[in-house]
Amino acid sequence: MRTPKSLFAARRTLPVCGLALLTGCRHGVLDPAGDVALQQRDIIYTSTALMLLIIVPVMALTVIFAWRYRAKNEEATYDPDFDHSTGLELVIWSAPLLIIICLGALTWWSTHLLDPFRPLNRISAEKPIDPRAKPLVVQVVSLDWKWLFIYPEQGIATVNQLALPVDRQVRFDLTSTNMMNAFYAPAMAGMIYTMPGMRSTLHAVLNRPGRFTGLSSNYSGAGFSYMNFTLEGVDQAGFDAWVERARSSGQTLDTARFLELEKPSERVPPMAFAGVEPDLFDRIYNRCVRPGTPCMSQVMQHHGGEGPMDMPSARNGPPAGGQKPEGALFKEGEEKGVGPNVTKPRGSDAPGNAHPASHKNRDMSLAPVFAAPGTPRAATA
Amino acid sequence: MFDETVTKAIFGRLGWESFPVHEPILLVTFIGVVIVGLGVVGAVTKYGLWGYLWREWFTSVDHKRIGIMYVILGIVMLLRGFADALMMRAQQAIAFGSNEGYLPAHHFDQVFSAHGTIMIFFVAIPLVVGLINFVMPLQIGARDVAFPFLNNLSFWLTVAGALLVMVSLFVGEFSRGGWLNYVPVTNLQNSPDTGPDYYLWALQIAGVGTTLSGINMVVTIIKMRAPGMTMMKMPIFCWTALCSNVLVIAIFPVLTAAFAMLMLDRYIGTDFFTNDLGGNPMLYWNLVWIWGHPEVYVLVLPVFGIYSEVTSTFTGKRLFGYSSMVYATVVITILSYLVWLHHFFTMGSGASVNSFFGIATMVISIPTGAKIFNWLFTMYRGRIRYGLPMMWVVAFMLTFTVGGMTGVLLAVPPADFVLHNSLFLVAHFHNVIIGGVVFGLFAGIDYWFPKAFGFKLDPFWGKIHFWGWVIGYWVAWTPIYIVGLMGATRRLRHFDDPAMQPFFVIAAIGAVIIAIGIAAFVIQIAVSIMRRDQLRDTTGDPWEGRTLEWSIASPPPNYNFAHTPVIHDLDAWYDMKRRGAERPAEGFHPIHMPRNTGAGVILSALALVLGFAMVWYIWWLAALSAVGLFVVGIAHTFNYNRDYYIPAETVERDEAARPRPVATGA
Repeated sequence: MRTPKSLFAARRTLPVCGLALLTGCRHGVLDPAGDVALQQRDIIYTSTALMLLIIVPVMALTVIFAWRYRAKNEEATYDPDFDHSTGLELVIWSAPLLIIICLGALTWWSTHLLDPFRPLNRISAEKPIDPRAKPLVVQVVSLDWKWLFIYPEQGIATVNQLALPVDRQVRFDLTSTNMMNAFYAPAMAGMIYTMPGMRSTLHAVLNRPGRFTGLSSNYSGAGFSYMNFTLEGVDQAGFDAWVERARSSGQTLDTARFLELEKPSERVPPMAFAGVEPDLFDRIYNRCVRPGTPCMSQVMQHHGGEGPMDMPSARNGPPAGGQKPEGALFKEGEEKGVGPNVTKPRGSDAPGNAHPASHKNRDMSLAPVFAAPGTPRAATA
Repeated sequence: MFDETVTKAIFGRLGWESFPVHEPILLVTFIGVVIVGLGVVGAVTKYGLWGYLWREWFTSVDHKRIGIMYVILGIVMLLRGFADALMMRAQQAIAFGSNEGYLPAHHFDQVFSAHGTIMIFFVAIPLVVGLINFVMPLQIGARDVAFPFLNNLSFWLTVAGALLVMVSLFVGEFSRGGWLNYVPVTNLQNSPDTGPDYYLWALQIAGVGTTLSGINMVVTIIKMRAPGMTMMKMPIFCWTALCSNVLVIAIFPVLTAAFAMLMLDRYIGTDFFTNDLGGNPMLYWNLVWIWGHPEVYVLVLPVFGIYSEVTSTFTGKRLFGYSSMVYATVVITILSYLVWLHHFFTMGSGASVNSFFGIATMVISIPTGAKIFNWLFTMYRGRIRYGLPMMWVVAFMLTFTVGGMTGVLLAVPPADFVLHNSLFLVAHFHNVIIGGVVFGLFAGIDYWFPKAFGFKLDPFWGKIHFWGWVIGYWVAWTPIYIVGLMGATRRLRHFDDPAMQPFFVIAAIGAVIIAIGIAAFVIQIAVSIMRRDQLRDTTGDPWEGRTLEWSIASPPPNYNFAHTPVIHDLDAWYDMKRRGAERPAEGFHPIHMPRNTGAGVILSALALVLGFAMVWYIWWLAALSAVGLFVVGIAHTFNYNRDYYIPAETVERDEAARPRPVATGA
C-alpha cells in the first residue's frame, strides 16, 4: 500500500517552510540528504497532520468551554445534570479510534518498508534501485569513544570519518566493543543500536553530496559528548579519490593496532588506515580479537551433546551446519531471483534432452497410457 | 600493611578521597546543607518539638499524617531535583564550540542521572502516594488503610532511599548511567565506583516501600469501602488509585529482580548483564522498561483522578461519563503493560515486533483521549469557578495534549528511528510529566490542603506559582522540541552546532521562570501558615465538594468518621447535601484505633545503614544491620500493644467541638 505522493506535496511544503523559518535548520531531521531519512520525515509530517485533526479541535474546545462556561458568565446554560450522553460517548471513542486505525496502518506499512534490516527498494523518489546492484558494505564498530569504519571491499578503514558515494545503496553492519551506542547520521537515515557481541544492520543511501555530521545517540560514558564523526557525500570519482587518500595513509589496522585503538580515548581526530586485517570485523563481533580468546560462535556452537561447552546457539552466532536461510525480503539485490528448482523431478534430465522425438516429452506421468480410439494399443516405450 | 588491612576492614572502600574536598560546587553545597540542617535541628530543639514530632508524626500510623509527610518529602526532593535541572540547563546553554562549560563529564553525567532518579522515585512517587494516602481512605469512608503499620514502614523506607541518594552527593559519587542505571555503562568493569551501588541500594529499599504501599492501597480499596459504596459508586479518584496500585504490585517486583541481578553481577561476579560469558545487556533493558512504562501510568492515573475530582467540583456538575472513565482507566492499566518495547525500537527487534508495540502504544491514546473529552464535557454547561485547582486543570488540558501527540508520533517506529533518545524525546516526556503529573499534583495539593490543615493556601502566591510553571514550562521546553528536530541527542554536555545555542539559552530562561514558580510555591506555603487565620476554613467544605472527605471537619479527627457513612449514590457527599442528610448527634461508639509505633523508623534506619555499608563494602556493618533488621522485625511481631479504643464520650466531645460541615439542601 503506497500513499499517493501528490497528497503529501502540499502537506509537506507548508510545514517545511514554516519550521525551516523557525529553526533555520539545514541538516536536521526535517531537511535530510538521504532517502530513508526523507521518508521518515514524511511519516513525521503525516502522523502529526493526522493527530492534529483531533488535537486542534480539543484545544479549541478547551479554550471555548473554559471561557464560555466560567461562573461569571450568566448567559451560558447551566445544566448540572448533564453527565451522560451515549451519542457523545460513541463519537468520543470512535473518532480517536478511526485516527489510530489510519495511523496503525501507516505504522505497519512504514515500519516494514523502512526496517533497517531490509534492503532499500529505491534510491530516491525519482531514482529506482537496480536490483542487481550490490550495495556498498561498510562495517561500523563503536569503541570508547570513537567510531571505526571498515570498508571490506576497498580494504581500508577510518576512524571518525565516513565517506559515501552519492546515490548508491550502503549496507552497514554494526557492532560495538564495550558499550551500547547508536549509530546516527541524521542527514542520512534513522539510527540503529550497536551492541557488543551482536551485529545490527542498516540500509541507507545518501542522495546529495555535502558534509554532514554523525553522532552516537545512546549515552555510553565519559567521552560520549565528543563521539562525533563526519559524513561526506561525494560522487563516485570523489569516493575513489577518498579511498586512494586512505590507502596512502601508511598505517595498517592489524590486531595490535586495533587493540591499541580499543583503549578508552576521547576527542579522537579522524584517522585513516591503508589496510585492514581480513575478518577483523567478524572477530570484533565474535569478541575474539585478542589472540587466544575463543570466538563466541565457537563457544556457543551446538555440538549435539558432544562438547563440554554445550550451549544453545548464540544470539547472532552462525549456526552449525552452514548459513541460515534468509527471508526473501532481506536478501540483497543480487541474491534475489530464481532459486534452485525444488520441484524438479529427481533423476536424469527431461527425456527430451536425450530423445528429442520420444512421446515421453509430452507425457511424463507415470500413469498407464491409453490408446486413442481406433488406434492399436501401443506398448509403452 | 597491617594498618591498611585494618582500615580496609573497618571502612571498606571509604576513605578521605571519598569526600569532595576538591570540588568547589559540592563543597559549597555541602556547607550550605550543613548550615540549613543545623538551623532546622536547632530550631526544633529550641522549641522543644522533638517529642511532639516523634509521638505525633514520625511514629504515626495515621494515613493522613503519613500522607502529609510523603508530600513534604516530595517537595523537599523537588528542590534538589530542580537544582540538578538548573545546572544542566546552564551547562547546555554555554557549552558550544570551544567553550567546555563549567561541569566536567564526570559531574554532568551524575547530575542528569540524579535528576531523573530523584524526580521519578523521590518526588513524583512520594507526592502521588502521599495524596492517595491522605485522600483515598476519606473518600471511601474508612478510618485508615488496611495495614497502618506497613503504611508507616513504606514511608520511612522511601525516606531511607532518598537519604541514601542525598548522601551520595557528598560521600562518594552517584551513578552515571542515567535514571535507569543502564548497562553496559554500569557494569562492574565499566563503573567499579560507588555510583551504581548507591543507585541500586537506594531504589531497592525505596522499592520495597512502594510495593508494600501498593498492596496496602489495593486491599484498602477492595475491602474497606463504606456500606453501600459499590465499586461503581466509588469516587473516580479511588478508581485511578486502585488501578495505579495494581500496576505497582505488578511491576515493582520486576524492577527488584532486575536490580537484584545487577547487584549479583556487581557483588558476586555473575554474568546476567555483562557482554561475555552468556550475559546480555538487552535483558536488563527489557526488564527495566517492563517496569518503566507502566511506572509512568502509575504516576499519571491518580493525577487523572485528581483532574476528574477537581473538574467535577469546580464546574458544579457530576463527572461526565463516569462509567466510561472507569473503563478507560482499566483499559489504560492493561494496555500500559503491553508497550514497553517502544523505549528501544532502535535496538533492532525487526519490523513486526516494532509494529506491534507501536500500534499498542497508539491504542492507549484512545482511552486517554476519551478521558480528555469527558473532562471537556464536564465543563460543558457547567458553572466553572476558577480557583487555583481549576486553573491547573485547564493548563493541563492545553499542555498535556501536545505531549500526548508527540508521544503517539514517537510510537511510529520509523519516526522513532530519527527521534529516539533525542531532545525531542526528552521534551515529550517532560511535556507529559510536567503538563500531566506535576500540574495535577499541584492541583491536588491546592485542592486538599484546606482539608488537611483547616486553612486554604494563599491565592496570590498560588497564582505566581501557577504562572511560573505554565509560562516557564512552555518557554523551557518548546526550544527543546525544536533542537531535537535539528538532530540534537540527549545527555550531551557539549555541542558543536552554534545554530542550536539560542534555543538552549531560551530553555535556560524558561528553567529560571519555573524556578521562580517553585520559589513562589515555598513562599505560598510559608505565607499561608502565617496568614492562616485569614485563610481559615471553618466549614470543612470550602469548595462545595461532592465526595465524602468534604463531609468531615478540617483537619479531620484522627478517627475520620465518628459514624460510618452509608452510601446511596455516586458523589456521596453531594447526594447527602441534596437530601438534607443530618449527622447523628448521639449513638457514639468507642472507636478502635491502631497505636503508633517506632518500628518503621528503626527498620528504615537499619536499612539505610545496610545500604550505605554495602555500597562502601563495609561488610561487618552490613552484616550487623542485616541481623538488626531481622531482630527488630521479629521483635515487632511480639508487640501485642498495638491498638486502643477511643471512648465514646471522647468522640462525642470531639465531634461537638469541631466545626463541621452542615448538610443543607443543595
